[in-house]
Amino acid sequence: MPKITYVQQDGSAESFDVQAGMSVMEAAIEAGVGGIVAECGGNAICATCHVYVDPGQIEKLPLPQADEDAMLDNTACPRAENSRLSCQIEVTEELDSLTVTVPEEQ
Amino acid sequence: MTDVVIVGAGQAGFQVAASLREKGHQGRVVLVGDEPGVPYQRPPLSKAYLSGALPGERLALRPQTFYDKHGIELVCGRAVGIDRDRCRVALADERELEYGHLVLTTGTRNRELPVPGAKLDGVLGLRTRADADALRERIDGARNVVVIGGGFIGLEFAASVAKLGLSVTVLEASDRLMRRAVSPAVSAHYRELHERRGTRVLFGASVVALHGGHEVTGVELADGSVLPADLVVVGIGVVPNTELAADAGLAVDDGIVVDEQMSTSDLRVSAVGDCAVYPSRHARGPLRLESVQNAVDHARCLATRLTGTAEPYASVPWFWSNQFDARLQIAGLGTDHDEAIVHGDPDAGSFSVFCFRAGRLVCVESVNRTPDHMAARKLFTAGGSLDRELLAPGFDFRQHVAAVA
Ligand SMILES: Cc1cc2nc3c(=O)[nH]c(=O)nc-3n(C[C@H](O)[C@H](O)[C@H](O)COP(=O)(O)OP(=O)(O)OC[C@H]3O[C@@H](n4cnc5c(N)ncnc54)[C@H](O)[C@@H]3O)c2cc1C
Ligand code: FES
Repeated sequence: MPKITYVQQDGSAESFDVQAGMSVMEAAIEAGVGGIVAECGGNAICATCHVYVDPGQIEKLPLPQADEDAMLDNTACPRAENSRLSCQIEVTEELDSLTVTVPEEQ
Repeated sequence: MTDVVIVGAGQAGFQVAASLREKGHQGRVVLVGDEPGVPYQRPPLSKAYLSGALPGERLALRPQTFYDKHGIELVCGRAVGIDRDRCRVALADERELEYGHLVLTTGTRNRELPVPGAKLDGVLGLRTRADADALRERIDGARNVVVIGGGFIGLEFAASVAKLGLSVTVLEASDRLMRRAVSPAVSAHYRELHERRGTRVLFGASVVALHGGHEVTGVELADGSVLPADLVVVGIGVVPNTELAADAGLAVDDGIVVDEQMSTSDLRVSAVGDCAVYPSRHARGPLRLESVQNAVDHARCLATRLTGTAEPYASVPWFWSNQFDARLQIAGLGTDHDEAIVHGDPDAGSFSVFCFRAGRLVCVESVNRTPDHMAARKLFTAGGSLDRELLAPGFDFRQHVAAVA
């Protein structure tokens, strides 16, 4: 199973084996990772599941769809080039060892 | 540290508990709910969960481990009384819970259809997971599905069922869909969408009785006609659960009355979410909203106050509804707007309606146009408006807001 790592603002990190097909958001909720609110339950509509993807790995992800792109304009913490909505990242075998950082605020 | 007892384990109750811990609250947090299991999301009940696309495990807002890890006590039971002098909540099974602060997040219940036959088998509402499960069971064998009420829940249900290939009739008492919540342009667009998928929509339809022996067989309208039905879904609005508050002597007026910081007149009791009426800056008066955004933002505002810093509630209301592949997103409050300008291309299924009141932009309704929706939320948060003259073809609202807000 692909392993996903979630890094908090204080530098602490947790890694989990995630079933392919789940989103990075869903896996975080299930594992109880702090800092991911996911108010809309994965509909790309609340922008409270914002994460920063490890810059070295961002190329592995397909580009954001228009909806996600628009949502990223209104995240509580500033948007960066590696900003993504974790509910829109589907975990696949190719994403094994993906690392995302949780922003300070959602 | 104060012990906080929260009555109502739905979206708002969960969020109060989670936000209290996130903000460092050290006292006990007890979340009392009368539904089985952990708190779950309601929106998918009429959408992905109903159609089977979302498995039941994913309905939960958080797994049980979350509550264990954060020391949030989940109590299954129904609160039946509040003794404000002794700071105690009584549960139906005669347990008592002592509180330092009490939060009421009791939500709403479905309004019942006031006609003969409303209790027949096969007549159902859609509010809880149990309701959705009962509907799913019935959908399989149903041949004639009638939805009473053309609001969000009725229409989302109708869309989910039409996608499964069933024929559906929607009965709406007024002259357009989602009348209470959207502009005529959006109503018209959704009517067409539903009709194109084979759903029959009848306006001015007043139901006078439901027919059947044990099981429902038909729906009788005021004009005497009877529509055959073996599954009837009633979606005619909700009633806030305020009895607990009223019995305890708290002010109730179509909701539990709270101030700008979600406090009732008793400083030890607050109310948030669907059950609360609060002074809204956006409505310029008392408001009770039924939305996830409202429940979550109320809860966060209250948790902030209970852990130290009080700020008046000021969040911009927003809402979404998914029907077929049309995603409706609403920012602001459109009730009593006096001018609505359609921007974009309704025929292509992507447009926004800009609603003004006395020349001021008060609401933006977007259909498959998330950039407009997000721009509107940004603009309203910044307190800005929009010059209506700018709304010419080619105007890019997102760019405009990026430049001004
Ligand atoms: C089918 C459906 C679809 C929806 N879709 C959307 C959508 O797309 N977008 C959106 O923004 N909103 C949607 N909503 C609305 C949204 O779910 C509500 O606004 C939100 O759940 C309100 O949260 P709440 O905590 O205030 O109330 P609820 O979630 O209703 O929670 C209240 C809880 O309190 C419990 N309770 C009541 N009285 C007592 C008592 N005395 N003792 C113990 N427990 C008690 C109730 O059983 C319930 O579990 C939808 C709602 C439904 C039903
Ligand atoms: S969970 Fe709401 S945008 Fe991802």
